[in-house]
Amino acid sequence: MSAITLKVNGRTHNLDLDPSTPLLYVLSDDLELRGPKFGCGLGQCGACTVIVKGQASCITPVRTVGGAEITTIEGIGTAGKPHPIQKAFIEEQAAQCGFCVSGVIMTAKAFLDKNPKASEEQIEQALSGVLCRCFTNVRMLHAIHRAAQEMAR
Amino acid sequence: MRNLTRDARAALCRRDFLKGAGALIVSFSTGGLRTAEAQFGGPMPGSPAINQLDSWIAIAADGTVTAYSGKEELGQGIVTAQMQLVAEELSVPFERVNLIYCDTGLTPDQAYTAGSQSHPANFNHGNLAQAGATAREALLRLGSERLGVPVDQLTAVEGTIRVKTDAARRVSYGELVGGKKFNLALDPNARRKPASEWTVLGKPVHRPDIPELVSAQFEFVHNVRVPGMLHGKVVRPPVVGARVMSIDETSINKLPGFVKVVVKKDFVGVVTEKPWQAVQAANQLKVTWSQGSGLPSHANFYQQMRTLPARDTLMVDSNDVEQKIAGAATVMKASYLHPYQMHGSMGSSCAVAHVDGDKATVWSPTQGVWYQKTTLGMLLGLKPENIRVIFRRGSGCYGLNGADTVTYDAAILSQAVGKPVRVQLSRKDEMAWENYGNAYVLDERAGLDAQGNILAWDHESWSPNRGNRPGPGTPGNIVTGYLAGFPPQPFAPRTPAPAPSNYNNNANAVPSYVAGNVGGRDHGTGTIQSERVLVHNVESAFWTGPLRSPNRLQNTFAHESFMDELAARVKSDPVAYRLRHLRDPRLIDVVKAVAKAANWDERPSPKPAHAKTGVVTGRGMACVLYEGDNGYSALVAEVEVNQDTGKITPKRIVVCNDVGPVSNPDGLRNQIEGGALQGTSRALLEEVTWDDQKVTAVDWRTYHTLPLGFAVPKIETVLLNRPEEEATGAGETSITVVAAALANAVFDATGARLRQIPFTAERVKAALAARA
Repeated sequence: MSAITLKVNGRTHNLDLDPSTPLLYVLSDDLELRGPKFGCGLGQCGACTVIVKGQASCITPVRTVGGAEITTIEGIGTAGKPHPIQKAFIEEQAAQCGFCVSGVIMTAKAFLDKNPKASEEQIEQALSGVLCRCFTNVRMLHAIHRAAQEMAR
Repeated sequence: MRNLTRDARAALCRRDFLKGAGALIVSFSTGGLRTAEAQFGGPMPGSPAINQLDSWIAIAADGTVTAYSGKEELGQGIVTAQMQLVAEELSVPFERVNLIYCDTGLTPDQAYTAGSQSHPANFNHGNLAQAGATAREALLRLGSERLGVPVDQLTAVEGTIRVKTDAARRVSYGELVGGKKFNLALDPNARRKPASEWTVLGKPVHRPDIPELVSAQFEFVHNVRVPGMLHGKVVRPPVVGARVMSIDETSINKLPGFVKVVVKKDFVGVVTEKPWQAVQAANQLKVTWSQGSGLPSHANFYQQMRTLPARDTLMVDSNDVEQKIAGAATVMKASYLHPYQMHGSMGSSCAVAHVDGDKATVWSPTQGVWYQKTTLGMLLGLKPENIRVIFRRGSGCYGLNGADTVTYDAAILSQAVGKPVRVQLSRKDEMAWENYGNAYVLDERAGLDAQGNILAWDHESWSPNRGNRPGPGTPGNIVTGYLAGFPPQPFAPRTPAPAPSNYNNNANAVPSYVAGNVGGRDHGTGTIQSERVLVHNVESAFWTGPLRSPNRLQNTFAHESFMDELAARVKSDPVAYRLRHLRDPRLIDVVKAVAKAANWDERPSPKPAHAKTGVVTGRGMACVLYEGDNGYSALVAEVEVNQDTGKITPKRIVVCNDVGPVSNPDGLRNQIEGGALQGTSRALLEEVTWDDQKVTAVDWRTYHTLPLGFAVPKIETVLLNRPEEEATGAGETSITVVAAALANAVFDATGARLRQIPFTAERVKAALAARA
């Protein structure tokens, strides 16, 4: 066990942890955040995506992100005050089971933050490492594109 | 410190309300189940009676309506539609309706949420729909007494009973029954609102769960936390059929957070304080396993299937197929192959169980909370009435994924340690041991007359099975129950099949184009009088179970591909040729409507003068009456085929559905779109693979699926609303027709016929090389 300081969504947490613990486990178990999800534990599906050093949180040991700013979906907006991507997902009704939604939105946000003028094709490309097994592809891609236009305004 | 999540807390607290008096009312807010007020009249022995209004609907003093349903939200939007139904029948605003579903301590027993059965069950003549109508009529009678005005001069509007001619004379539902029971049986004659009066049903009402999902406030089963909860992990056999020989507990008992190694026959699991500790303990536990039982060679698996002892069933048999085919001007034959496929849920399955002495509470993503209650009783040696199963949404399941098995895992581990235990499967444990969707070999044969009309259709299929949903009495139908010592449902070979005594096209084994004659009556959707459909079930080396459109998708792939082959043989347009052999007017209508919407290019396939190399395009179609009576769907696919690489790129998919009256058009479109793309992924990529000992498709590198960001085709949905008809299922309709439509489009583009799913580049190239 070792003392680790995590900065998550603007809050600092001092934790005593096995430093090999994947960041995802810390976020979802120790901090009880519902956004980052365990999908595969292998960095293959995108369900655990948070914004920190651009890596899947399920394969990122927590010791490697001590001190870094970590943003989960809880940190970008709420149901009452949604981020433009969250808002677009509501407007497009872009979910079925919803399990992948947090990872999809965070992947899209990380991409749009760097590529605010992305085309539909570039958005598709950016989402090519993320899975939605309900196949809500059409609505999610529409929603992300809609949010991109809104954010660019 | 483990605090109970607010949702779990509310669920537990509700038990206490079972003791008071009055109607059970639990209110929702955007955070899910939060507070619970009011009380309940006496203890509930098991599930509430299905014929009693109070089992379905309760009205609080503030006019809030709480409805109870046995059909759960899996992501298909059914909860929103049910809330619309209640709002509509009761004449209350949608926002005033709460719905509690699938909790064996609270809600009526409606068996499974599966098989596209939720609409037929709750939107037609009984259950929730009739409860709503019964309640409205009861409120009108109570209003009549209160206002002193005859019922026929009253109307129900926005949660009040009003005098038609004087809207100011009114009394609210809360004032009439708030917090009290109705004490009425469901009235089968209570008048349902016709679609012409709908103001809430039929509208694209937004799903109330989506804002919670996109802001991560939603509680999945993965987020359930209860006080004192520990974490478990299972250790599955390394190869199929291996048994536990010995276990060296000292290999892990010094690890931090170690609690226990749990062994129950061949079930092995570990319990630790934290989840990452459980992963490490499971990985490091030394178990000596016996050799496995071996697996059939993947290479000649389909061929071998035909030779295994089988349970034979005749679905239809006109007893003249051989004779008609012998006399036919043209005879066509073809065989189609479908692999085992996975549910492959996005999140691996998870459950939380608290077995406390002779009582148990589980939070499970199962599709069948009531059946789980009885099988958990068998597994744990507890009385089912002492077990409460509370549904919590998991990752989309599409059928029997790991939801039930992981609930057993958590329950066995919790019983062993006497504390609540949460288990989430690893990706590999999810994929290597789930109940796969069935593999199939499908033979088709038809005789045609000189004018190209189909005279006789003969269909025969082979499909392996092992286990299934656990049902009320077979925990061994899924891997954990089996490992813990319960057998799967028995397999009883039977040859020859008895003559069919009733018509059953639940599996869509009977093609749409035959008469379906059983007992002297035509039940089918087609015109061909000479027909035989023979089904062989054989034993599977792998677990099998329902995967979205089970059997129906496989049978429809063969039937609709073969129909296309017949049309091509007689140089007929595929749509026109279908219409020539159909007699069901609604199936005819969806075929015509989809062709119109797709601007169908009417001509025989393949496309004339198609190039033999490079990129070519084509269109194909397929249709079905799902389960023989549960929703119409027709689909046109337009594809691009790169004949040099073998890559198929779907460009446009047009789907027409007729599901009776449409409850929520946007929800229906969401289901159709998802089904169309999931069907595309299954047709193009998905296949379970194995070596001589074990499954080798164990993650997203070895089991292939289309990602979110692939070149997504344009999808157009056409809804044929039929407000005067019965409500049918919708969730499994579009997926059923995708594979055949794609294969038919590839044929149209290239003249090459794909008869084996998935349509990999290698198979496409082989078919291109084999074309005439």
